[in-house]
Amino acid sequence: MTELYGLTIHELQDKLRAKETTSAEITASVFKRIDAVEKEVHAYITLMRESAIEEAARADEAILRGEMKALTGIPIALKDIFCTRGVRTTCGSRILHNFIPPYDGTVVEKLRAAGAVFTGKTNMDEFAMGSSTETSFFGVTRNPWDLTRIPGGSSGGSAAAVAADECIASFGSDTGGSIRQPAALCGVVGLKPTYGRVSRYGLIAFASSLDQIGPFTKDVEDCAILMNVIAGYDPRESTSVPEDVPDYRAFLGRGIEGWRVGIPKEYFIDGIDPEVEAAIREAIRVVERAGASCKEVSLPHTDYCVAAYYIVAPAEASSNLARYDGVRYGYRSEDNRDLLDMYKKTRSAGFGEEVKRRIMIGTYALSSGYYDAYYRKASQVRALIKQDFEQVFKDCDCILTPTSPTPAFKVGEKTDDPMQMYLSDIFTISANLAGIPGISVPCGYTKSGLPIGVQFLAGHFQEGRLIQFASAYEKHAKIEKRRPTL
Amino acid sequence: MEYEPVIGLEIHAQLLTDAKIFCGCSTKFGATPNTHTCPVCLGMPGVLPVLNKKVVEFMMKMALATHCRINRECNFARKNYFYPDLPKGYQISQYASPPAEHGWIEMEINGGKKRIGITRIHMEEDAGKLLHDEHNPVSHVDLNRTGVPLIEIVSEPDIRGAEEAAAYLRRLHEILVYLEICDGNMEEGSFRCDANVSLRPRGTETFGTRTELKNMNSFRNVQRALEYEIKRQAYVLDAGGAVVQETRLWDDTAGVTHSMRSKEEAHDYRYFPDPDLVPVVIDDAWIETVLNTLLELPLEKRDRFVREYRIPSYDAGVLTASRALADYYEEVVRLSGQPKIAGNWVMGDVLRFLNEDKKGIRDCPIAPAALAEMIRLIQDGTISGKMAKEVSEEMYRTGKAPGAIIKEKGLVQITDEGALAGTISEIMGKNPAQVAQYRAGKEKVFGFFVGQVMKATQGKANPRVINDLLKKMLAG
Amino acid sequence: MEKISRDEVVYVANLARLSLDREVVVKFTAQLNDILLYMDKLNEVDTTGVEPMSHAIARKNAFRTDTVAPSLPVEASLANAPDARGSCFEVPRVIE
Repeated sequence: MTELYGLTIHELQDKLRAKETTSAEITASVFKRIDAVEKEVHAYITLMRESAIEEAARADEAILRGEMKALTGIPIALKDIFCTRGVRTTCGSRILHNFIPPYDGTVVEKLRAAGAVFTGKTNMDEFAMGSSTETSFFGVTRNPWDLTRIPGGSSGGSAAAVAADECIASFGSDTGGSIRQPAALCGVVGLKPTYGRVSRYGLIAFASSLDQIGPFTKDVEDCAILMNVIAGYDPRESTSVPEDVPDYRAFLGRGIEGWRVGIPKEYFIDGIDPEVEAAIREAIRVVERAGASCKEVSLPHTDYCVAAYYIVAPAEASSNLARYDGVRYGYRSEDNRDLLDMYKKTRSAGFGEEVKRRIMIGTYALSSGYYDAYYRKASQVRALIKQDFEQVFKDCDCILTPTSPTPAFKVGEKTDDPMQMYLSDIFTISANLAGIPGISVPCGYTKSGLPIGVQFLAGHFQEGRLIQFASAYEKHAKIEKRRPTL
Repeated sequence: MEYEPVIGLEIHAQLLTDAKIFCGCSTKFGATPNTHTCPVCLGMPGVLPVLNKKVVEFMMKMALATHCRINRECNFARKNYFYPDLPKGYQISQYASPPAEHGWIEMEINGGKKRIGITRIHMEEDAGKLLHDEHNPVSHVDLNRTGVPLIEIVSEPDIRGAEEAAAYLRRLHEILVYLEICDGNMEEGSFRCDANVSLRPRGTETFGTRTELKNMNSFRNVQRALEYEIKRQAYVLDAGGAVVQETRLWDDTAGVTHSMRSKEEAHDYRYFPDPDLVPVVIDDAWIETVLNTLLELPLEKRDRFVREYRIPSYDAGVLTASRALADYYEEVVRLSGQPKIAGNWVMGDVLRFLNEDKKGIRDCPIAPAALAEMIRLIQDGTISGKMAKEVSEEMYRTGKAPGAIIKEKGLVQITDEGALAGTISEIMGKNPAQVAQYRAGKEKVFGFFVGQVMKATQGKANPRVINDLLKKMLAG
Repeated sequence: MEKISRDEVVYVANLARLSLDREVVVKFTAQLNDILLYMDKLNEVDTTGVEPMSHAIARKNAFRTDTVAPSLPVEASLANAPDARGSCFEVPRVIE
C-alpha cells in the first residue's frame, strides 16, 4: 500500500474528495518522510513545519465546507528563490542568509489562494547559477537515486524533494535549463513555460530576459494541474503577456496521431552518454508507435547557444545582483572602514565563487569597449536562434531532444572546470534564449539505475501542445515507476 | 584674447504625478524618511518595474511644447553604478533611444528673442537622499525620493553667456510650470540644473575642452557659477595652460568652483537595454490627444494680450504670470469688455489683497463676474472710482456681489444734475469770496469747490458731473 | 592569445565592487580567459543586419495608471536593515 507521500496530486485529490483522507494526514505523512530521508538528501534550506500543519488544518476545514480549490490541502515545496512573506528567502546565498521578504511573489499568492500547503524552501545553486546544486551556501543536495551524485541544478532541491517524496510537487525556476535538467536527472516531470506565461514578480532575478517559473511533478497530469494555477497575465510584470490561459488538463489523454516531430540533428553530438542516446532513440520509437512521425530537422545555430547564453545571462545577472550591497537588507560585513570597504567586503564574503565568476564575465561583457563585441553580438545571435525554431515549427508540431547529455554525475566531478559545467546545459539553453516552452519527462534508466529524461519543445504559448504530447508519450512509453531506495 | 563661452545646460525636472514612475508610492515631498517606499522602489529581491503612463504623457507635453520630434519607439536602459541612494545599483533611464529630440525654445534676451536648441528629452527615475552625519563617520539613507519621475532636458551648446543661461533656465522653468507638469522648486530639488561650459577664441568654430558644473541650487547661483567658471577658464587659457576636462562643484559661500577630487574612477555605466521593461510606442493618435491638451504657452499668451487687449507689455507680463491668473483676467475682460481697466483692477487691488493674505488667484473670493460687474457699475456712473475701492475691498472680504454691497452701504453715486446744481448753488452762496477769486482767474480755487461739494454729498457725488456743473455755474 | 589580463580582471572586479585575493585573481584570469576564448565562436556567425534581441516576446506599452497605492509601513521597509537610525538606513561614511 503506497504511503500518502508517494501519491500524486490528482490521486490525493480523489481521496480528499472521497473523504478517505485529510490534508492533516497527507501533510503528516510528508513530514514523516522528510524526517526519514532529509538528512541524506538535504533538499531543503528551510522547513515550514508549523505553518504547514496550520495550513493543512485550514484546508481540512475548507474541504468540510465543500470548498475544494485547485490545490486545497496538497503539500508543495518552493525553491528558495521565491519571495515568501515572513519566511526567510535566501536564494542559496550567504548574502541573503537572513532576508525575510515583506511580500509574497505572484505565483506564491496564486498557490496560497489555490489552497496549497507549503512544506518549505528548497535548496538551489546560489542565485540559480549552476547545474548541480553544489554552489549553495547551505550545502549540497544529493540525488535520491544515488547519494554520491548531484541532482542537477539550479533547482536541484525542488527536483530531489519530489523524487524522494519529500513533497507531492514543487516549483523551481529555469534560466538555462534549471528545471528541465534536474527533472531529467531525478526522474520527475519538469516544465519551463513560455517566457511571459508565468509571472516573474517575486522571483529573485538571475537573468531577467531568460528566467521562468515552472513545476516539478510526478506525472504529466499533475503538471497540467499546476500550470492551470500559475499561468496568466500579471500587471505587476511589464514582460508578462496577456495571453489567455487554456485549461491545460483538457490536453491530457488526447492522442498525437499525425503529429510531426522534429529531431534536430545538431543535438545528437559526440559528447552524449551512449545510454542516454539509446534511451532517446527508444523514445523516438515510442512516439512513432503512438502515431507521430519523426523527421530530422536542423537548428543551425545550436553550436552558438552556450556562448550566447553565457554572455547574456551573466551580463543581466551582474546588473541584477548589484542591489546586494549590504545597505538595506541581507548580509553586511563587519568592521568597515568606509562605504567602499563595506561594499567590497560584503559582496566578496557574501557571494560564492561561481556567482563572482559570472558577475565578472557579465560586468566585462557590458563594459565600455566590449559591449558591441560581446553583449550586442550575443543578442543578435539570440535573434537567429529564435528564428531557427520559428522556421522548424512551421512544419513540426514539436521537437524531441535529450534533456541532458549525461545522467547525474558525481558530486565534485565538474566543479574544477567551469566550461565543462556550462556545456552540460547544451540542450536546454536554446529554449530560454528563444523564449519557447519545454518539458522534460522520464524516459528510462541507466543500467545502474539512474534516471534519464527526454525533452519536448514547442512554439510560444504552446504549453497545451507540450502537455498533450508528453501525456501521450507517458501513456505509450509505460516507463517503469521506480522509487529511489532511501 | 577674446573668448566666446559655449554653454549647454542639463535640467532635471521632477514630474508632478501622484505616484512614482515604476511603483505606486506617493511622490509627495517632505514625508518622514522611508515612509513612501515599497519593495519595488526599495530594490528588494524579486521586484519588477511597471511604467506610470502619466510620466510618458507629461514628457510628451514638454516635448511638444519645445518643438521636439517625438520618436515612434523608445526604450529604457540601465545605468549601472553603486551608491547608497541607488537601491538597485542601477538607475532606470533612457540612453540610446530617447523619446524626444531636436527641439528648441525661444527666449527673450537683450530686448530681442533668441532660439536655443534642445538636443533631447528623456524619462528616468530619481535617486534617494543621502544625509551625512556631522559627528559620526556614517551617512543616513532616505529612499522616499527613489523612483520619483524625472525628465532630463539637454540643451544644445547654443548658450553664449551666464545671462543667457539664466534666461534659458527661466524660460524652461516657465514652460514646465505653465504646463503644470513640474512645480519648478529649485530649493526643494524639483528643478535641478547642471552646466557644461567651455571657451573658444571668438570667431572660431572648434569647441574647447569643457568642464561640467554641479551643485547650483538657484537661478542666481547658476549665473554666478557660470560667470566665475568663464573667468577661471579664461585665466587658465591666457596663462598658456589647458582647461582640464572634469566635474567642478559650485561653492555658494566662497563663490568659486572646486574640482571634484576624483573619488570616482571615470564612470563606466555599462548601459544596456533594461530587460524588465518593454518598448514605449507613441503613435500619431496619442500625440494628437496630448497636443490638444497643450494650451498656449506664456510667451505666446503675453504677445496675444498685448495685441488683442492693447495693454502694455509690462502689464501683459504680470497678468500671464500663471495660467490661472491669465484665465481669471481674460474672464473679467470677456464679461466687462474693458481690458485696460480690468487689467488695472486685477494687477492693482486684487493682487494686493491676495498677496497680503498670501493667497493665490485660485483662492480669490472675488469671482471674475463680480469684478466685471463692478467695472460696469463704474462705467455707467453708478459709483465713482473712489467708491469702487471700498466696494472691491468689501467684495474681497465677504465674497458678496457689488450690487448687494452698494445697497448695504448706500454707496450709490449722486448723478442727478438737478440735486447737485442745488447743492452747488448753496455752496456758492456761502462762499462769495472764493467765487470772486475764481472768476478773477485764480483757477486753483476750483479744487476748493470740488472739495466742498464732496463734503456736502459725503463723497457720493459723481466727480465728472460735479466738474461739468461747477465749470458751468462758476463761469457765471 | 590572452583575452583578459590580470590588470583588467582587477579593474572589472572593482567595477563590480568585489575584492579578490591574489590567488583568486590568478585563477579567475585563467578561467575567464578560457571562457572568453570560447565566446569567440560567436564571431563565426554572420549577424549583418540582424536586430539585437532584447525580448523574447513582442509586448509594447505596458503601463500602470497614476494612482497612489499604500507604501510599506516604515518598520517593514527597515525590518531587514543591517543598520538603521530613526527611520533611515545607516551606512558607513562615503569618502568624498
